[in-house]
Amino acid sequence: MPTHPAPLTRLARLALIPLLLCVAGCQGAVLDPAGDIALQQRNLIYASVGLMLLIILPVMILTVVFAWRYRAGNKEATYDPHFDHSTSLELIIWSAPLLIIIALGALTWSSTHLLDPFRPLNRISATKAVDPKQKPLLVQVVSLDWKWLFIYPEFGIATVNELALPVDRQVRFDMTSTNMMNTFYAPTMAGMVYTMPGMRSTLHAVLNRQGDYEGMSANYSGAGFSYMRFKLRGLDDAAFTRWVGEVKGRGAALDTANYLKLEKPSEQVPVMHFGSVAPALFQRIYERCVTPNTPCMSEIMARDNAAGGGGEPNPMQAGEGMPAGRQSIPRGKPEGGLMKDTDEITPVPHNSKPRLPGAPGSTDPGSPRNRDLTFLSQPATPGQPRAAHG
Amino acid sequence: MFNETVLKTIFGRLSFESFPIHEPILLVTFAGVVVLGLAIVGAITKYKLWGYLWTEWFTSVDHKKIGIMYIILGIIMLLRGFADAVMMRTQQALSFGANEGYLNAHHYDQIFTAHGTIMIFFVAIPLVVGLINYVMPLQIGARDVAFPFLNNFSFWLTVAGALLVMVSLFVGEFSRAGWLNYVPVSNLQNSPDTGPDYYLWALQIAGIGTTLSGINMVVTIIKMRAPGMTMMKLPVFCWTALCSNVLVIAIFPILTAAFTMLMLDRYLGFNFFTNDLGGNPMMYWNLVWIWGHPEVYVLILPIFGVYSEITSTFTGKRLFGYSSMVYATVVITILSFLVWLHHFFTMGSGASVNSFFGIATMVISIPTGAKIFNWLFTMYRGQIRFELPMQWVVAFLLTFVVGGMTGVMLAIPPADFVLHNSLFLVAHFHNVIIGGVVFGLFAGIDYWFPKAFGFKLDPFWGRIHFWGWVIGYWVAWTPMYVAGLMGVTRRLRHLDDATLQPLFVIAAIGVAIIAVGIAAFIIQIVVSIINRDKLRVGDDPWNGRTLEWATSSPPPAYNFAFTPVVHDLDAWHDMKERGSKVPDSGFLPIHMPRNTGTGVILSGLAAVLGFAMVWYIWWLAGLSFVAMIGYGIFHTFNYNRDYHIPAEDVAETERKHALAGA
Repeated sequence: MPTHPAPLTRLARLALIPLLLCVAGCQGAVLDPAGDIALQQRNLIYASVGLMLLIILPVMILTVVFAWRYRAGNKEATYDPHFDHSTSLELIIWSAPLLIIIALGALTWSSTHLLDPFRPLNRISATKAVDPKQKPLLVQVVSLDWKWLFIYPEFGIATVNELALPVDRQVRFDMTSTNMMNTFYAPTMAGMVYTMPGMRSTLHAVLNRQGDYEGMSANYSGAGFSYMRFKLRGLDDAAFTRWVGEVKGRGAALDTANYLKLEKPSEQVPVMHFGSVAPALFQRIYERCVTPNTPCMSEIMARDNAAGGGGEPNPMQAGEGMPAGRQSIPRGKPEGGLMKDTDEITPVPHNSKPRLPGAPGSTDPGSPRNRDLTFLSQPATPGQPRAAHG
Repeated sequence: MFNETVLKTIFGRLSFESFPIHEPILLVTFAGVVVLGLAIVGAITKYKLWGYLWTEWFTSVDHKKIGIMYIILGIIMLLRGFADAVMMRTQQALSFGANEGYLNAHHYDQIFTAHGTIMIFFVAIPLVVGLINYVMPLQIGARDVAFPFLNNFSFWLTVAGALLVMVSLFVGEFSRAGWLNYVPVSNLQNSPDTGPDYYLWALQIAGIGTTLSGINMVVTIIKMRAPGMTMMKLPVFCWTALCSNVLVIAIFPILTAAFTMLMLDRYLGFNFFTNDLGGNPMMYWNLVWIWGHPEVYVLILPIFGVYSEITSTFTGKRLFGYSSMVYATVVITILSFLVWLHHFFTMGSGASVNSFFGIATMVISIPTGAKIFNWLFTMYRGQIRFELPMQWVVAFLLTFVVGGMTGVMLAIPPADFVLHNSLFLVAHFHNVIIGGVVFGLFAGIDYWFPKAFGFKLDPFWGRIHFWGWVIGYWVAWTPMYVAGLMGVTRRLRHLDDATLQPLFVIAAIGVAIIAVGIAAFIIQIVVSIINRDKLRVGDDPWNGRTLEWATSSPPPAYNFAFTPVVHDLDAWHDMKERGSKVPDSGFLPIHMPRNTGTGVILSGLAAVLGFAMVWYIWWLAGLSFVAMIGYGIFHTFNYNRDYHIPAEDVAETERKHALAGA
């Protein structure tokens, strides 16, 4: 059996591929960020890679060297079938990774606390401290199916799929979701944080460079997920003030009725501006009580608390004990399969069944109208009205 | 005129429209499957193989045959999972800017869900379980596993699960909620169709099989080792199999419970994971990842064992640092329970919680690093024969360390905030699963194939298989690391930024190279079977060191005519050194378990139950459930469970084998 000097060529290729790819463009958002948080996160990536290469590179080199030197065909190499234990060597084997991990662990502990998304920033950039007199700009972020809603309570405006921020000003994002779990992710500004229905999460960040960037949801959330992107615009103070004025002057009102329309599933939604926002809208979204006559979570909890905690065990009806008219279940909740009467069972057609009106079918097989690119309306479930196209 | 209620009573929510009659891709696939299926059924009927397959294979309780059947299942499902991968890569390579690609969101989302589900549950698990099933009892000098019928039953439950996943391709559709069937996407409200139900029933049935198999393997290793084989003389592969199956027993019930809760949500209107009424989707994520993270160690630990056995054999040395290898395995087993939260650092846990789980994750790299060094120093001062299995080991070492490094990067919470859910993460886990688990499975198949069949696999096609996978892996996944660092996230059906397209085209080329590797693997097996007389080898073709090589290749049904007595770690190597001879007289009758069709029948009923529940066909569900219970009770009255191979037959088998070897 001939020996195989394979490892050498493999290593060469290994080094070559990323190099070639980087010629195509290594200026991605994560490695060349425009925000201080993302910059610190990138530096952490560099530092940890450097630390780990201290041990990875020797291992890779030793693998190749040992594989080559101790091949069966090499008669010059020592063969020692009884070399299977060495206390000193094993001490090194265990302690070398241990030392690296101690260093990395320390780095992890401090950086996790310093870059905690809940924690207000301690600097605007490497050269600029936070102005203690200036409050962070609050932006309320809501992920809807499948678009982003940004509410600026300071100015009473809201936008869809466009997030404009003044550069070098600390921003606090409060985030929630209406239905699916998404992550709010602007790679050039800061790392991602989940947006979840019935929950509020927080992120502090800052944008240091003017320009137009991309933001997105990074967590799969259903059919329209691929298009769930937003424009991130970094503006200087004057331009930002101008932008706020424009939105205020031009936009429609985001009242409850408009919000409920917006909330319906839709995709590839163009940028929208709203000059006014219904009061406490974000609060009601994350307490899941925007729809009139639904009890807010805090109300239910307060009622439960007043009843001695936990509420009446029976009947376990949400909103039980609420003022009249508020006993409805918060949202149209579909019935479980086994709970349905035979009449209520709806045959489930395959999703590839054409839905667009006027699909030409076999007379024009190539027509895009023969298939829906996505599937916006959910199949009707008994007890729940069919959702409309957004 | 049919009454609609009658139709619904009979067929539930299944109707003619539930079939993908409007989807050309599926219609063509279906036609292909039908033609191929008819050809296979026809061939089996023509050569009158049904009886042989039923009595010798399907109903067999022999751990060796069950192991081989697990591996065949894994390879078949690998082809399906890989077809999904090809479709995904093609879609992503095409779908830029104005081009929407060729898959709509529904189809694409099902494909990535099915790819992950199949690759983990129906490829990796059956292949790993298959190897353990075949090799472990031989390595400990046992005649079979502790519960032979249970072993057969576990296998067929896994097949039933796989069958349901395959049925979902042509009847209705599969889940679109990702490989862990994440809520809220899989909540009844968001997915009222059959997809998540198919997923849940398939995995519940297969999961019970895996749990039972785990119990079986642990009991076998604890109770059935050959005399003299103390725990610290147990071959490393058996140690890793033990730890892996202890993990299985500990974690699969959690998954079963999580899925049961989601089933209650979907079938009885409970609110464990709903958005409203006190439900909480985050709980589902926690539960599935408490299963999910140890699961990766369920897969990789036995494969570490495979690498250890191969390195030791092909360097002609004892494994360096056996005891530290064992301790490292045990430490990884324990630590694997303390890291699940690193799958969602970005969900808003506090900094201290995140730090704890991040550092716990990094600590796992210490015993893993020790293992890598142990393999390195086993090679040191060895005489390395670069046969196929050893080539996989070198490729593994060079590939896996990169995956380990990117894994530790992801374990640092602030770094994870920019890398989570990105293609960097996807590249990382493919790096460790392909570069770790898959390479090791192929190494193990190349290594133990002559044990199972008495002839080697063809080395020429083996080398093409090897290079196809190794080159293909790097070409496919290096661009994905780069894309991740450029802020591209996972599960996207369409991208706007056309400058990224070259990366995805390169990745698609990489998949094409892997396809060459997979094709070469199939050709390798076919060519080897055709040329089996030329490739035939002796009982111990690699100069092995552990007990499986002490018996004939392929082994007789009873494995060992005499139970071996173990004095040293590498027991077979030790016997060869001391020149011990197998006695050729004094045989005794051997007590053996009898084959039974119960496993096939119960699992078939379980598959029918699952299908009926998916489609709300309540009468059929009730019927199959009652039949299952009834048949299970009936089986307990089957007292014809065992038989003895007479001493003369044993003597005859051994004599024939001795003659053939001489």
